[in-house]
Amino acid sequence: MTQPILTIKNLSAGVEGREILKGINLTIRPGEVHAVMGPNGSGKSTLASILAGRDGYHITGGEVVYCGQDLLELEAEDRAREGVFLAFQYPVEIPGVNSTYFLKAAYNEIRKHRGQPEFDAVEFLKFVRERMKILEVPEDFLKRPVNHGFSGGEKKRNEIFQMAVLDPKLAILDETDSGLDIDALQIVATGVNRLKRPDNAQLVITHYQRLLNFIVPDYVHVLVDGRIVRTGGKELALELEENGYESIVHGGAVPA
Amino acid sequence: MSKSTDTIDELVKQEYKYGFYTDIETESAPPGLNEDVIRLISHKKKEPEWLLEWRLKAYRHWLTMPTPEWPMVNYPEIDYQDITYYVAPGSTSDGPKSIDDVDPKLLETYDKLGIPLHERDRLLGVAVDAVFDSVSVGTTFKKELGEKGVIFCSFSEAVQEHPELVRKYLGSVVPQTDNFYAALNSAVFTDGSFCYIPKGVRCPMELSTYFRINAAKSGQFERTLIIADEGSHVSYLEGCTAPMRDENQLHAAVVELIAMDNAEIKYSTVQNWYPGDENGVGGIYNFVTKRGICRGVNSKISWTQVETGSAITWKYPGVILQGDNSVGEFYSVALTNNCQQADTGTKMIHIGKNTRSTIISKGISAGRGQNSYRGLVKVLKNATNARNYSQCDSLLIGDKCGAHTFPYIEVKNTSTQVEHEASTSKVGEDQIFYCAQRAIAAEDAVKMIVNGYCKEVFKQLPMEFAVEAQNLLSVSLEGSVG
Ligand SMILES: Nc1ncnc2c1ncn2[C@@H]1O[C@H](COP(=O)(O)OP(=O)(O)OP(=O)(O)O)[C@@H](O)[C@H]1O
Ligand SMILES: [Mg+2]
Repeated sequence: MTQPILTIKNLSAGVEGREILKGINLTIRPGEVHAVMGPNGSGKSTLASILAGRDGYHITGGEVVYCGQDLLELEAEDRAREGVFLAFQYPVEIPGVNSTYFLKAAYNEIRKHRGQPEFDAVEFLKFVRERMKILEVPEDFLKRPVNHGFSGGEKKRNEIFQMAVLDPKLAILDETDSGLDIDALQIVATGVNRLKRPDNAQLVITHYQRLLNFIVPDYVHVLVDGRIVRTGGKELALELEENGYESIVHGGAVPA
Repeated sequence: MSKSTDTIDELVKQEYKYGFYTDIETESAPPGLNEDVIRLISHKKKEPEWLLEWRLKAYRHWLTMPTPEWPMVNYPEIDYQDITYYVAPGSTSDGPKSIDDVDPKLLETYDKLGIPLHERDRLLGVAVDAVFDSVSVGTTFKKELGEKGVIFCSFSEAVQEHPELVRKYLGSVVPQTDNFYAALNSAVFTDGSFCYIPKGVRCPMELSTYFRINAAKSGQFERTLIIADEGSHVSYLEGCTAPMRDENQLHAAVVELIAMDNAEIKYSTVQNWYPGDENGVGGIYNFVTKRGICRGVNSKISWTQVETGSAITWKYPGVILQGDNSVGEFYSVALTNNCQQADTGTKMIHIGKNTRSTIISKGISAGRGQNSYRGLVKVLKNATNARNYSQCDSLLIGDKCGAHTFPYIEVKNTSTQVEHEASTSKVGEDQIFYCAQRAIAAEDAVKMIVNGYCKEVFKQLPMEFAVEAQNLLSVSLEGSVG
């Protein structure tokens, strides 16, 4: 079997005095799409943040291996350079910083890391225009400051546009669907599908089964109170939609 | 403390790049301040009697003035008897004839500062007057400017060559008795730049003065006077650096701008005096009075300043809007890192009808830096339809620094519109993490965020200097958070 892109073993983590993740196990192989669902506050964003390298969490146990290396050892920027991408649940505004400039800086960091020559402004613009087609993003996204003055839905769409430019190996989408209107949802989902390749993987966090009609997962995991309490195929999402999390928590289901 | 803050904490300290000292023979007055020293300065400069009297009047008034206590800055009392008021590189005491006569050591100094003065590698499109300690060592492109009738020379030279202009305008915007430091400057000023743009002339290149403090225990007291006659246009830039020293040094300059009917003056400053070390030892006290007057109708004066250096900055470049329809602008970026303190802002005095002013101030505080915006918008009774727009933003990096805003508004005319906006924001861990997640390391992220924040001001600077200002800001931010 090929080497997994991500292996999470027994990961426990939290913030000062509080455990949020309580022993997570998850393996993601190339070409796979995994969905994580779970009630508010169950730890989904925490998991995403820890994978992306946000400061302020204590890892109390377990390990995370990304493409054969210890992910938790790497600085956040190095994880990004190695191909870990997080589409934020709440994208951050950077006033005054032009989106194209920002993306070019990001993309060139990755190119440098791969030992490739950096793109100059002209080369980058040509490249970025290509990538824009994947997402049908309006031209003015390039000119505006990063997320500044964007509507909630535009911010989410911009995240996926950045993903299209940076071409990650492991993309983590944290509730990218929330805030998108129906048309935008379809455009974003189509974009995400077009970015899917046999050698990359996607971890999609969502509350809604609807998204999973467009981005069809190979696995659905149910995260409740810091633990994956059930894992199944795409039909699990339908079951959740019908019965809610209660039935799973109290239905005596065996943790995956 | 979280990791990203630590990372910013640990950012490499980059040394102040211009901290070197040029070992050159000098001629100087004995330290201390009294009428004899003033007479000596005036004599050295072969000044006419009226100018000596002007200086003495300023001095006598200064003796009666208390040090201003109102700025939000703290520093030990300055011993004015311990300062040397006149230091000239030996070879230039008679004033330079041409750049060819300038001591090669001085030319080398300016090369090192990135301001080549030689004919062959001068900055294109920028005429430079280089002031070293108390004297101007040379002015470039004089001939080319002369062909257009533009006078651009050292102040000392202007006193000799154009005494009628100097006498007419000196002190006409900032009187000798204006304030403590202006009075001190008026008594002991040594050199500076003089510039006159004749009627209807668009100055064909940027004019700039580069101020360099070199000698220890000396002060720099320069005087700049710019007159834009009817329908003329000039863009002027000043830059400043000083060696790294443990003692504080005083820089008390006066700048006066005069714009006649339909004239426009754009004055940009990139101030990079030595800021002191990270513990606040040494650095320049930058106590400067800058004021312009829009005398004529439809005239315009625009100040842009990027203040990254100095241990203490105290300056309020202002515009007196006397002519009807005149326009005053103030764009400022003031950065305080480590132990730097800045109390800066502007004064817009609306006198004429339909006068407009715009104030954009961007304060950045990092380390233990303290940054105050202090601004006055005053609209007099006859200033019908005066407008002001002020925007004062503060950006905090880390949690040991401070930002303060003191806007004063005095309106005596009911048709006035004054708009004031203020904001305070923090370079957040969220922003830094967001950038990190996009492969951009904390150091670069902070620079990017700060540059983005200053964009409105940078775009006012002449192109070449906008790039320099950005780099300067990046360097000044190194090791910025504590
Ligand atoms: N830095 C922090 N400090 C304190 N508590 C935190 C921190 N980060 C997360 N938590 C807490 O951990 C729990 C899990 O939060 P998390 O954001 O991971 O939930 P989530 O599953 O993404 O929820 P949602 O569906 O609402 O987005 C919540 O109770 C949250 O308040
Ligand atoms: Mg969440």
